[in-house]
Formats: sequence, structure tokens, C-alpha cells
Amino acid sequence: MTEEETGEHVPLEADLERLEEIVRLLESDSPELDQALALFEEGVARLRQARHRLAQAEIKVQRVLEQADGTLHLEEIRDPSE
Amino acid sequence: MLSSPPSLFDQSPSDAAWTIGRLMVTAKQVLERGMQSLWVQGEVSGFKSYRSGHWYFTLRDADAQVRCVMWRDDARRVRQEPAEGATVFAYGAPSLWPERGEFRFTVKRLIRTEGLGLQQALVEETRATLAAEGLLDAGRKRRLPAMPCAIALVTSADGAVLHDVVAVARKRWPLVRILVIGTRVQGDGAAAEVIHALQRAERLPGIDLCIVARGGGAREDLAVFNDLAVCRALAALSVPTISAVGHETDVSLTDLVADVRAPTPSAAAEMALADQEVVRHQVDALANRLAGGLRSRTRLASERLGRAADRLGTSLDRSLRDRRARADRLGVALDALSPLRTLERGYSMALSPTGQILKRHDQFFPGDTFRLRVADGEVPARVEEA
Repeated sequence: MTEEETGEHVPLEADLERLEEIVRLLESDSPELDQALALFEEGVARLRQARHRLAQAEIKVQRVLEQADGTLHLEEIRDPSE
Repeated sequence: MLSSPPSLFDQSPSDAAWTIGRLMVTAKQVLERGMQSLWVQGEVSGFKSYRSGHWYFTLRDADAQVRCVMWRDDARRVRQEPAEGATVFAYGAPSLWPERGEFRFTVKRLIRTEGLGLQQALVEETRATLAAEGLLDAGRKRRLPAMPCAIALVTSADGAVLHDVVAVARKRWPLVRILVIGTRVQGDGAAAEVIHALQRAERLPGIDLCIVARGGGAREDLAVFNDLAVCRALAALSVPTISAVGHETDVSLTDLVADVRAPTPSAAAEMALADQEVVRHQVDALANRLAGGLRSRTRLASERLGRAADRLGTSLDRSLRDRRARADRLGVALDALSPLRTLERGYSMALSPTGQILKRHDQFFPGDTFRLRVADGEVPARVEEA
């Protein structure tokens, strides 16, 4: 089974957790201006990514099949509502 | 009961008398082929545990009694020796012992009824085993992931459960991937299939959660989900689990072993999946805080910058004044050292075409050109023939 077949590389949850962290850092006033700007830029990128993920989401349903040699194989179920 | 009528009565006994051994062995075969293993209920009497580990006892009820044997390997699995007079359920098969001429019931499993029906007593026994193994401990319960990317769904292949789960997921959290592992959930061999399905779920990489769900079907037929091996297989999963196989009223043992119990497959999906509306609000709130954070940070920075500029101005002024004064002092000293002052007094200086100062006689050759530096400029010059 390839990496591509198994889930997202950076899950939305990780984006949101990092965003929380960035906001906390910015609100704490501790970073230098350069660092604050870098954090802000990263935050904006992650926000954009999170919104993109939420907007593009399309549910995926796959059937797990086992081959004769024991390896698992995924087969798309086009219309699970049937 | 007899699936294939045996030859016992086909032969004429008058041809030749049977030996007792032949009688008993033939009867034993008829009996063992004719009757499957089954559960009986009765009272224990004359219980004896031998040093070999085998148990011998009689089971009786109001009408009849049967001698029983339980071999060591089976007896070892019984948690407690039955007390005299205890009512038990015994699972086994009838047999004949030719050498003793005895009808015996060979017991494989023995459980106390505790005043319950057989199915309930079986479930209670399994529950006790699971509890003893620590698989029902509250401390084992894991939290479900907040936003799962991929979910394994172990369920009957009929599609009803999948339909319900997908409907909820589409509305609530369409970022999810659902990996369906089909299995039979009732009937002979179903427990083994469910175990196999759970093992496949464990082998899938990138799974955040596993839901075991049962669709419609007979309300009372939860046997597979009360099976000890199925419960152990569920407990062995390395990802958090939700069991949605019972009903609102009755609970299956997988419900107790799973990290979370859901009354229905739809409810399982709701528990498993975040609500995208809630997450959208969370994202908006983070966006506001991010902008606010930077604004306050830059306001602070510009204030600091202003103060810094003020300080910088004063210190720059001072440093410039200092430098100018120093330059003035140096200028005076330089002036004193300058060759120009000497030239002012009427001296001149010979320079080679490359700008080298010519100080001695042997630096001049007849015909060479050179420059003569005087107070207000240079004069081209040439060395005369000697």
C-alpha cells in the first residue's frame, strides 16, 4: 500500500493546532518583530490551507479487499448510498 | 437424529453372535455420529477431581442422571470447581465407554447458571473472563481523535450500515475517508470472519479509528459480539474503537470492550466525526486572533521603534559633533605634516612618471623625464646629458 493511498499528509488538525500555537505566541508579545511577521505569514498560509481543506472536502469511501497473497487492496465505492 | 441409518439392525444376529466389544464399539459409533455437541443443564453430584487433573461427576435433574467426565485440558479452563448440588450448564457430547459398559457425557465447558438462562450465563462467563483479563477496565478507554482522516468500518456487507455512516459523514465531516471491511455478523463462522476483519483493520496503515457496527438483523442475535475471541480481537486494535452493535436496551460485550459504545451506526459516526460547522467557526476565530495578534505586535513595535529613533537621534548628534571636533584636530596636525607646507616655503619635489619620489642622484639617468612638484602645480622636466 503506497503512502498516497493512506490519508492526508498534513491533517487539518495539525494545521489548527499550529495555528493555535502561532496565535498564542503573537498574543504573548514575546517574539521579535521579524519573528512575529514570520509567524503571521505562516499563520496565514495555514489558515488558507485549512479553509481550502474544508471547502474542497469530498468524502471518500473504499472497500478493503484481501488478495490471495494476503495483501490488502482498496477499491473505490462510487455511490455508497446505493 | 441419525443422519445415515447405521447397519446395526440390518444384520441378522443369528448368523453369528456379536462380541460384546463389537456391540459397544458399534453403539459408540452410532451415538457419536448421531449426536452433535450440545448444552445440558443439571445439578452436580459426586464431584471428584483426580490427581491427573481429570474431573468425574454426575449431572442429574428430576428425571434422570448421566455420568460425566471432563478431561484435564478442559477442566483447567473452568474458573472454579463446581460445588456439590450446584446447577450448571455443561457443553459436551455423549459417548460410550465399551470397557466399562457406561454411557458418559464428555464435558468440554462447564459454567454455573447463577440463576440465569444459558445465553445469559454464557455472556456472564465471558464478561467475567474479559474483566479478569483487564479488558473492561475504565483506565483502558482511549479518547477518540478529534478530526479523524481515515476510519475503518467493520460491518455486514449489506450496505445499510455503510449508508447510514456515509450519510452522517457527508453532512458532518466530509474530509474523512471510510474504509469498509465487510464481514458476516451472524451465523456459523461469523465470529471468525469478524476477527479476521478486525485483523485487517489493524493492518491498514493510516487508520485513526475503527468502528464495529451491526446493521439490522435479529435483535437477540448478538452472539458474535459476545464472543470471547471477537472481544479480544477488538481490544487488541491499536487505534481507538467504537462498537455500535447492540440496541438502546441491550449491551453486547464488544460495547463494553470498545473505547466508546454507540447505540446505532449513525450515532457512532456522529461520535467519531467532528462537525465541520464548528471547525469553520474555530478557523474564523483563529483568523481574527491572528490578525489581532499581529496588529498589537506591530503597534508595540512601532512604539518601540519611535522611542528607539529618538534615542538614536540624540546619540547620532553627539557622535557627529565628536567626530567633527576630532576631524578638526586631526586637520590641524595633518596640515603641519603636509609636504605642501614645505613646498610653500620654496622647495620642490621630483616625481618619477609612476609617482615615485626621486630623492638621490643615482635615481636620475640622462634623458629621463620626470615631474617637478612645486607649491602651486607640476612642471615637466628632463635630465640633461652629463
